[in-house]
Amino acid sequence: MAVGLGHFLSVGAILFTLGVFGIFLNRKNVIIILMSVELILLAVNINFVAFSAVHNDLAGQVFALLILTVAAAEAAIGLAILVIFFRNRGTIAVDDINIMKG
Amino acid sequence: MTLPLFFFYVFSTIAVISALMVISSRNPVHSVLFLILCFVNSAGIFMLAGAEFLALILIVVYVGAVAVLFLFVVMMLDVDFAGLRHGMLQYAPIGVIVGLILLVELLLVAGGFAIAPDIASSSVVPINPGIDNTRALGQVLYTRYVFVFQGAGAVLLVAMIGAIVLTLRHKQGVKRQDAGVQANRRVEDAMEVVKVKSGEGLRG
Repeated sequence: MAVGLGHFLSVGAILFTLGVFGIFLNRKNVIIILMSVELILLAVNINFVAFSAVHNDLAGQVFALLILTVAAAEAAIGLAILVIFFRNRGTIAVDDINIMKG
Repeated sequence: MTLPLFFFYVFSTIAVISALMVISSRNPVHSVLFLILCFVNSAGIFMLAGAEFLALILIVVYVGAVAVLFLFVVMMLDVDFAGLRHGMLQYAPIGVIVGLILLVELLLVAGGFAIAPDIASSSVVPINPGIDNTRALGQVLYTRYVFVFQGAGAVLLVAMIGAIVLTLRHKQGVKRQDAGVQANRRVEDAMEVVKVKSGEGLRG
């Protein structure tokens, strides 16, 4: 592989950090939080693919494929919950999501 | 600098900058578009790592499905996004602290570890350079990892049914066909034979 493992891991680490930072920064906006989660999963995928290439092992790519599947399912369910929550309450601010609070 | 390294830097720089724009953009629609840019550049990074099938699947699934789903939801919901940004900088310092700690830790781990020298010989599914990536992935996905693959399919099925059930809404006052009622309808219920006397006509 022409590009070293450290390069891939650094990009993955930066993307992961940006995802975590995005959750803190947009603490009220659920949509951006979901996008940040997608970024985090993407960073994990980059790490899997990089290790797969370095270790000459295809199992990492299979795992990355499964993460892709779970991420897509998570996005669909999350957005569906968001849509029905907005339909019921008229807002998506995280501070207002406290129906289940005892 | 070799050509792959150059392209790696181009892709990763654009991916990181667009990820930064995703979380800091004022307009959520711009956030989604930058997310698409980030995914496309990550697909380039995947391509450089030799995972061609995953790179293309990333574009198809993420850009084609997930990002468009986000775009639909952002545009469909009439949300006061400016109000949601209120008090945003209040959480920025702690976010910066947590993010920096995380980044330093991750980079320390990424720069400090060593790979065991015999790990290449113990690889689970060795990559054969003779066959292309898609074929190799298919050969292992339908044999060795077939149960995991079925599990992924089940996850997608549950997600699909869940999303449909969650957002399904029965509207009031919509006329729908009811086959049972139609089949059970008899002549006596539907019409009435009236004897009309000659010259009087029908009233009421």
